[in-house]
Amino acid sequence: MKINRKIFALMTLFILIMTACSNENESVEGPTNEPQDMILATTTSTQDSGLLDVLIPIFEEKYNINVKTIAVGTGQALAMGERGEADALLTHAPTAEEKLVASEDVINRKRVMYNDFIIVGPERDPAEIQGMDVAAAFQQIFETGAIFVSRGDDSGTHKMEWSLWEKASLDPSGEEWYLETGQGMGSTLQLSGEREGYVLTDRATYLSHAGNMEHMEILVEGDDELLNIYHVMQVNDRKYERINREAANLFVEFMVEEAQEIIKEFGMEEYGQPLFFQYTE
Amino acid sequence: MGLIYEGFLKAIEMLLSGDREIYEITLTTLRVCLSAILVSTIIGIPLGVLIGLHSFPGKKIILIFVNIGMGLPPVVAGLYITMLLWRSGPLGHLGLLYTTHAIIMAQIVVSLPIIIGLTSAAFQQIDSKMLMQIKALGATKLQRLVILLKETKLAILAAIIAGLGRVLAEVGAAMMVGGNIRGDTRILTTSMVMEVSKGNFDVAIALSFILMTLAFIITFLLTSLQQRKRRV
Repeated sequence: MKINRKIFALMTLFILIMTACSNENESVEGPTNEPQDMILATTTSTQDSGLLDVLIPIFEEKYNINVKTIAVGTGQALAMGERGEADALLTHAPTAEEKLVASEDVINRKRVMYNDFIIVGPERDPAEIQGMDVAAAFQQIFETGAIFVSRGDDSGTHKMEWSLWEKASLDPSGEEWYLETGQGMGSTLQLSGEREGYVLTDRATYLSHAGNMEHMEILVEGDDELLNIYHVMQVNDRKYERINREAANLFVEFMVEEAQEIIKEFGMEEYGQPLFFQYTE
Repeated sequence: MGLIYEGFLKAIEMLLSGDREIYEITLTTLRVCLSAILVSTIIGIPLGVLIGLHSFPGKKIILIFVNIGMGLPPVVAGLYITMLLWRSGPLGHLGLLYTTHAIIMAQIVVSLPIIIGLTSAAFQQIDSKMLMQIKALGATKLQRLVILLKETKLAILAAIIAGLGRVLAEVGAAMMVGGNIRGDTRILTTSMVMEVSKGNFDVAIALSFILMTLAFIITFLLTSLQQRKRRV
């Protein structure tokens, strides 16, 4: 009897799984032939801001391509390109990207859009950096030893932060007030909110979190140094096997043409200002 | 506290409004976790029985590895499966990375040792006098197995429940090998991580209620199966 029941239980599980499977198949199967897969490695900010949730379905629909978006830091996304593990990349670390172009790991790299980095910090502003330019603000934070929260994950934002410290000839690593989270922008912002630290962030991610951290505000913005430029590129199919060249190429074209209209408007409704700005070549 | 209440309302709202995405994520979670636990059970119980009942050279070594496997951090499993499935890796031609199959693989790797380990422990505890008696009464091999399985029912179901708990709770490996792709490999745990990093705490809390409800229902079913009064 008990064995029967066990078998019965297993059967029930099986049926559950089967129904789940068939449901999924229904939704996946389109009217046309099987869509082909394309892996897009990108930075967290494009996903966390919700931009890709708008763009990707349009692209998928139009070209019958199934996009697998892997949202990681720019450092990891570029490393995936360098290993041929992705077909297309959408990242924001121009200097690091240029290295991949030079080594012919990626081809067809095009400028897509920009927004800007800002320094966010607690309202009471212990290091008094409000309204300063970036270099002076970093200098001031360094000297006062006010808490600064860094991504510490080799992402585009982290690379930008490091280039700013380097330009100011400062080395904060190992300092007691310098916290490295090793996490995405969202989690890092939240941590800086809790610890009341300064943080370098892209504007898009900050705006989507601003509601959760009312005691934090934008203290430094508008400096030319703080431009955050996004490029799209495809991985070189001559160098690696199994690259979906066709889909990646279509994606690059899509981003610099059709997507532009959407990028221009994105965020207006929710935040009253665009999160990204058109910036094609 | 208000946030939890808001999240609770949000969960009810998402479920009632028939939010397609939530259903899809929940179904994917169920499908992935149940497939993984089913495979682990089908492979793990016979292996556990074999290891538990027989003594052979190297048994201790195998048990040591099984027991280590019970504590294998999911991210370790995730990392090795990722490398295995990379396009440049040994199984790259199968194109399995960033699919639900990859998540199922990772979950099998972390749940199989639990099922093998707990099953073999249960079978090792069987009184050897009873084994002799069953043999003496002339039971066939199959009859013997059935009697022993009945005898260890509690422990075997406990093994399945423990394995299932591990699989449902797992997030690190699913994130790594699945990629948290919308409408594809996004499961409840990985979407919770994402919603938290987006700052949508209410959605994350809502998802946590759905996940806990799922875990509750499944564990409830298995536990009532386990605790059912033995009929003679």
